[in-house]
Amino acid sequence: MIGNMDANWNASMSILAWLPFNPLISFFILILLGKRLSWLMASVLSVGAVSLSAVSAVWLVQQLAINDQQVITVQLWQWFSLGNSQVNFTLYLDGLSAVMISVVTGVGALIHLYAAGYMKTDENFCRFMAYMNLFIVAMLLLVLGDNLVLLYLGWEGVGLCSFLLIGFWYQDKNNALAARKAFIVTRIGDTAMAIGLFMLFNSLGEFNINHLTELAAAKWQVGDQQVYWIALLLLGGAVGKSAQLPLQTWLPDAMAGPTPVSALIHAATMVTAGVYLIARMHGLFLLAPEVMTYVAWVGALTLLLAGFAAMAQTDIKRVLAYSTMSQIGYMMLALGAGAWSEGIFHLMTHAFFKALLFLTAGSVILALHHQQNIFKMGGLAKKLPIETSLFAIGLLCLIALPGTSGFYSKEAIIASLWTSATAGPVFWWCAILGALLTSIYSCRLFFLTFLGNARSSSKTEVETEFSAIMRWPLYLLAVLALLGGFFSTMLHQQLATIFASASIETNFAGEFEPHWLHIVAIATPFIGIVFSWFYFADYRQTSRINNDAAFAEKNNRLTSFCLHGLGFDWLYQKLFINPYCFIAKLNRRDVFDQIIMTSRWYVDLWRAALIANQNGNLRWYAASLGIAVIFLLGVALI
Amino acid sequence: MISLPLEHIFILASILFMIGFVGVIARKNTLFILMSLEVMLNAVGIAFIGAGSVWQQADGQVMFILILTLAAAEVALGLALLIRLQRRFQSLDIDKLNRLRG
Amino acid sequence: MNSNSVIPLEMLFYLAGFIAIVASLKVVLGKHAVHSLLYLIVSLLAVAVCFYFMGAPFAAGLEVIVYAGAILVLFVFAIMMFGLGQDEEKHAPNTPGLTIWFGPCALALALLFELIYIINNVEQHNVTAINHISPKQVGSLLYGPYLLAVEIASFLLLAGLVAGYHFAKPDGQEHCNKIAETGDKQ
Repeated sequence: MIGNMDANWNASMSILAWLPFNPLISFFILILLGKRLSWLMASVLSVGAVSLSAVSAVWLVQQLAINDQQVITVQLWQWFSLGNSQVNFTLYLDGLSAVMISVVTGVGALIHLYAAGYMKTDENFCRFMAYMNLFIVAMLLLVLGDNLVLLYLGWEGVGLCSFLLIGFWYQDKNNALAARKAFIVTRIGDTAMAIGLFMLFNSLGEFNINHLTELAAAKWQVGDQQVYWIALLLLGGAVGKSAQLPLQTWLPDAMAGPTPVSALIHAATMVTAGVYLIARMHGLFLLAPEVMTYVAWVGALTLLLAGFAAMAQTDIKRVLAYSTMSQIGYMMLALGAGAWSEGIFHLMTHAFFKALLFLTAGSVILALHHQQNIFKMGGLAKKLPIETSLFAIGLLCLIALPGTSGFYSKEAIIASLWTSATAGPVFWWCAILGALLTSIYSCRLFFLTFLGNARSSSKTEVETEFSAIMRWPLYLLAVLALLGGFFSTMLHQQLATIFASASIETNFAGEFEPHWLHIVAIATPFIGIVFSWFYFADYRQTSRINNDAAFAEKNNRLTSFCLHGLGFDWLYQKLFINPYCFIAKLNRRDVFDQIIMTSRWYVDLWRAALIANQNGNLRWYAASLGIAVIFLLGVALI
Repeated sequence: MISLPLEHIFILASILFMIGFVGVIARKNTLFILMSLEVMLNAVGIAFIGAGSVWQQADGQVMFILILTLAAAEVALGLALLIRLQRRFQSLDIDKLNRLRG
Repeated sequence: MNSNSVIPLEMLFYLAGFIAIVASLKVVLGKHAVHSLLYLIVSLLAVAVCFYFMGAPFAAGLEVIVYAGAILVLFVFAIMMFGLGQDEEKHAPNTPGLTIWFGPCALALALLFELIYIINNVEQHNVTAINHISPKQVGSLLYGPYLLAVEIASFLLLAGLVAGYHFAKPDGQEHCNKIAETGDKQ
């Protein structure tokens, strides 16, 4: 029995070692062989690699659950050493990483399968699947790294893949611009994070996360100035990657990429990297309670902002993008309140239902021949019944109706807010308002897209047949979304040991939770549904209005403001981009270039002088002899 | 007997040398340049003779004889080249010979 | 000649030197080639007088015979026979514009001052003409230590001769054309 366990243990280590690299091998093959591979070969290769990683992840989680030891570590090779600290390429699997790799590889494998069908007719299929695989590699490195440098490597890798995938159809200039915008905005966050890492190394001299946490607890008191700044900078990095306030402007534009990309990167995995970072570095954040409050504020404000913006959008993917932004706000809120496991749990359930929503939206878009404007959709309940019900399931989880996985995770978060030391009642009210907004915009989306009469203007038939590989991932995701609530106990077990020491003292002083908290929290989604039922009655039954133009939402200033993401793009344009362009125009002659050009001028001067000296004139040469003699005699005399 | 300070002889030589030098540089006509060269050579000769006389040795005069020889050969060659220059360019302007410029 | 004369003998040296300087100036500043040549001859003769007063009569004689009497006469013959002096109107010095003289004069004056400064800071020597250096002394030096120099000088003269003949002879084509022309006219 023991021998079997040891053999399993060793096997686990090598399985863990190969886990991130299965997709990497497939990436290289796809890049090198490219167009020579048939669609079948390429999809088998890419989907198979990720599925292999998924199966390995499941095995490893099982091993972790069985054994007493709570972590599996495998050092692949030594990277470099800096001062006294050794930075190695080490993969570290504990409960938190186990959850992350399951989500990434599991949902990733399903999305890859869907993408194989979705992008089948695209001529750059191999490049697409290669980039998707590379993304999985980078994300796995990010969550499995045991030191901050490896984490940063994965961080940058996912940023790169996001750029490549958003701008996949680069022939359209807008896509390239959106990719660039995403990269630049996340870069700002990355720079903040890098500075934070430098400061961390400067004070503690260590990159390994476990050592770091111990040293930090030993060195700094709660509320120390240094750890405050470091935590703030790390928050900056998380904010950039997770599209929270103030760096949230890139996510809606990132919907320019293909739908599987939006599902994988901008719903399930990359945008959760920030959440993972904060959860991983919870030791540091506990030492800076003010920063945790900032995290909670960022989460709360973003979820309200995104909720308002989602109510005015016209593109189906943009609604879902703002919805993602809002849900990640919930996760941030949870982390800021000290509810670490609840935040991670919501991350997992969100991955399920958001991927489901995005992929179903992809099927709808494909069915209507690449139509994305919801005002031109409608009446799909009859034509696409399966997609309609899948979408409905996803929305129910999003709204957090009782019984769905979304309910368990969101209620857990809301429940922890009132008595948290770093959050408080204000945040609880924000969360409730956010839940209300969520249900309102979800209903609006559903009514406009699926109910009422068909408004799509294209004369061609709506595609109703989808291949099996585009349906079965959706079914699986729907099952997970509905039944995910049962994972919660297992998850709490996994995460309990990690976050055991991470509980914050709840706000006592005799303040008990009002007993109506739970009732209000459960009732809110229903209130929202009832409200939308009557307010958006027009959308439900469009038989009353036949005119397309009259049907579009009134373009008042408030709606327009919300449509453009609450004016943040305009604000950043005025604040940052215009002054920068102005300065760049001032410097058109480029001061620094001119400084360097003076050396060219100097050399030119000598050139002119020397050419003038070589004029072929005999008397000039004789005179130069005379000058030379004068000069030499002068030097000798003086 | 006559006793002359050596400095005066050298000063005389220097003045004549300078006059010749000015002539070489400032005149365009090659013939005049050659003549100014003769003046310069002559000045050098004065210097040598003076130096030789100070030490009461004939070496100064030997040097002067060699300078003389040199001047003779140089004049012969110079005039021959002058004749070619005249034939080729139909003028004696030395600035016409500037093909070796940079 | 004794030093009791009214005019000291050194004055003759300075007078001869002065004549040499003035004549050289007229050589350099002249307009006509033949006039300048004649002034050059005068300058050389004055220098010969200077040589005599420096106690080198052999050198004085050589100066007159060889330099003034052979080399400059060669000059005069060449100018007159090949018509080399006929372009002087075209290339006269730019007397209207004296600017062309400023540079060279400045250069020359600078060099002159430096040389005079050097000359004045050397230890004093006097040239006494007690003993003229006789031709015999010069001759014995020439055939003694300086024998090799003499032979090499003769090489130099040979080279000058050959080159002078070679450069100055007319081109084959030109010469034939000329003879043909004169032949036709007859």
